[in-house]
Amino acid sequence: MSEQNECLTYSFDVDGENFTSAGEASVQVKRILRRIGFDPETIKRVSIAMYEGEINMVIHAGGGVAELFVYEDKIVMKLTDHGPGIADVSLAMQEGFSTAPDNIRSLGFGAGMGLPNMKRYTDDMVIDTKLGEGTTITMTVNV
Amino acid sequence: MSEYKHSVSLDLEKCKGCTHCLRRCPTEAIRIRDGHAVIDPARCIDCGECIRLCPHKAKKAIYDKFSSLPKDKYLIALPAPTFYGQFENLDDIDYLLQGLLDLGFDDVFEVACAAELVTDYTRKFLHSGKAVYPVISSACPVVVRLVTLRFPTLVPHLLPIQPPVELAGRLARQKAKAKNPSLKDEDIVTVFISPCPAKVSYVKNSTDGGKSSIDYVVSISDMYFELLNVMKNKVTPVPYSKTGMVGIGWAISGGESSSLMNDHYLAADGIENVIKVLEDIDTEQHPNLDFVELNACSGGCVGGVLTMENPYICRVRLRNIRRYLPVSQNHASEGDELPDYVKLDFDSEYEAVSKLGTSRRHAIKLMADIQNVFSTLPELDCGSCGSPTCRAFAEDVVKGKADYGECIAVMREKLRGKTNGENNDGK
Ligand SMILES: Nc1ncnc2c1ncn2[C@@H]1O[C@H](COP(=O)(O)OP(=O)(O)O)[C@@H](O)[C@H]1O
Ligand code: SF4
Ligand code: SF4
Ligand code: SF4
Ligand SMILES: [Mg+2]
Repeated sequence: MSEQNECLTYSFDVDGENFTSAGEASVQVKRILRRIGFDPETIKRVSIAMYEGEINMVIHAGGGVAELFVYEDKIVMKLTDHGPGIADVSLAMQEGFSTAPDNIRSLGFGAGMGLPNMKRYTDDMVIDTKLGEGTTITMTVNV
Repeated sequence: MSEYKHSVSLDLEKCKGCTHCLRRCPTEAIRIRDGHAVIDPARCIDCGECIRLCPHKAKKAIYDKFSSLPKDKYLIALPAPTFYGQFENLDDIDYLLQGLLDLGFDDVFEVACAAELVTDYTRKFLHSGKAVYPVISSACPVVVRLVTLRFPTLVPHLLPIQPPVELAGRLARQKAKAKNPSLKDEDIVTVFISPCPAKVSYVKNSTDGGKSSIDYVVSISDMYFELLNVMKNKVTPVPYSKTGMVGIGWAISGGESSSLMNDHYLAADGIENVIKVLEDIDTEQHPNLDFVELNACSGGCVGGVLTMENPYICRVRLRNIRRYLPVSQNHASEGDELPDYVKLDFDSEYEAVSKLGTSRRHAIKLMADIQNVFSTLPELDCGSCGSPTCRAFAEDVVKGKADYGECIAVMREKLRGKTNGENNDGK
C-alpha cells in the first residue's frame, strides 16, 4: 500500500481456506472507487472483473493476492496465485468451460462464465500462467 | 444544495465525552472534540441511534411542544398509526380520536388513511412499466437521506410517491375546507404526531421550498401524556376512524410491503440491517425483487425514538386493534396515471458525502495520503482520538480536522522515542 507516481495502490489477501469471505475484495474496491468519484459504469466493470477473478483464485487456486492500481485515467487489477495454473488458456476462455467441482456448482458457481466476463468487462486482459506454478491475470479498465 | 436542517442535537452541558455514541453512529457523523461530542450535519441522517444509546441523555430531538401550538387557528391533528399502539386497553381508535378533539384540536385526520392510498398508488406504480427494480420505499426519511448521501446510484430506485404523512396533511386541508368553506389556507394548521425526529427534519427541510403540507410536528411521547388525562373521561366518541388493517400495518416492519399483494418483496428494519440490504442491492445481490421496504427503526415505526411503548408490545396492541377492521378503507382513484400531487421527485444532484476531493486527481492524492497515515495506525478503533475508527481518523488527519498526535499509539511511540533518546545520550 504505497504511493508511486500518481498511482494509488491497494493489496488484498484472498483467503483460499475461507470460501464464505470470497468476494470481499471486490466490495472494498467498489468503495474505494466510489469515494474517488469514478462513474458507476466503470465501477461496475471493475468490481465484476475483480469479483470473478477473486472467486477463481479461491475455487481453482487456493487463494492468492489481488492488487488494485488506481490511476486518473485507468484502473489496473493484478491477481496473483500459486495454484495449479491453467493447462489450456483458450479452452478455459470458452463460455461454459469449467472444471469446478460439484459442491461448488451447487452453490451457483462454476458456470464457466468467469474468465469470459473478465475479458468482456475490461479493456485489456493478460493471462500469464504456468502449470504447477500459478497464474497471474492482469486486467485494465480505461476510464 | 441548501444546508440540511436537523432535529437531532446535543446538550453540551450533559455530554461527558464518554464515546458511547461515537462508534455506533451509522454514518460516522460524530467526533469527540474538546471533551464532548460534535455532530457533522453533512453526514447525520437523524436516525436517532445516538439519542437511544447516550447514557447521559445528552442527545436530544428538537420538535414542537403541544403548548406552543397556535390555538386560535383551525388545528388538525394527524396521528401516526404507531400512536394507536401506545395505550393499554385501547380497542377502539375512536376514543383516541375523540381525545384529540377534547384536547382542543378542531379536526383529526389519520395518517393511516393516507397510507392506504399510498399502498394503492404503489401497486399501480409497480405495474406502470416505469419502475426501476427493486423499488425502495421512500416513507422513512432516514432511508431516503441515507440513500441520497451514501448510495446515490440507488436514487432512481426510490419510490416516487409522497410519504403518507405528506399526503395526509394535504388531504386534511382539503377536507377541512370542504367542511368549512369559509376557512382560508392560512387559518389551517396541520400537526403531525410523530414517532421520530427524522419526520421533524423531513418537514423542516421540505418546508424550505414551501413544499410540505405539515406545519407542526409534536412527539408521540408528549401527546401520550396529554391524552391520558382526557381519555380517562371516556366521552362517547363523535369521530369515526376510517382506516383499515392496511393503514395500521404501516407502523410495523413488513406492513407496507405485505399489503402490495406481491410476493417479491423484502422488508428490513433497524439501521444496521438497512445499510446491509442497501449494500447488497448496490452490488446487485438481490435479483427477482420488486419491492424493498426499509425502516430505520427496529420493528418499524413502532420502534421510533419518540414513542413511549416498547415496540414489541406496541406491535401486539396494533394487531389487536386491526383484528376486526376491514382490509382497507381508502382507495386510490381509478385509472393508471398517478395524480401529480402524489408524485415525488428526489434530489439527484446529490452531494455524495462518500465522495472525496474536488477532482479525480485530487481524490486519488487524498486517498493515497489517507492510506499512508492509516498504515501507521494500530487498527484498534479505540476511539480515544475522538474519531470512530482508525480509518476515519486517518481521513480526519488528512483533511486537517484532527491532529495526528491525538492517537494514543502515536503518542506512546513518541514518548518511547524520547526516553530512548535520553538513554542513548551517553553514546
Ligand atoms: N486462477 C486459476 N487457476 C487455475 N485454473 C483456473 C483459474 N481461473 C480459471 N481457471 C480454470 O478456467 C476454468 C474456467 O474459468 P471460469 O470461466 O471462471 O469458469 P468457472 O470458474 O465457472 O469454472 C476453470 O474451471 C478452471 O479450470
Ligand atoms: S454518548 Fe455521546 S453524547 Fe452521550 S455523553 Fe457520551 S459522548 Fe456525549
Ligand atoms: S442521529 Fe444518527 S446519524 Fe445523526 S449523529 Fe446520531 S447516530 Fe449519527
Ligand atoms: S422507521 Fe419510522 S419511526 Fe423510525 S425513523 Fe423511519 S419513519 Fe421514523
Ligand atoms: Mg469462475
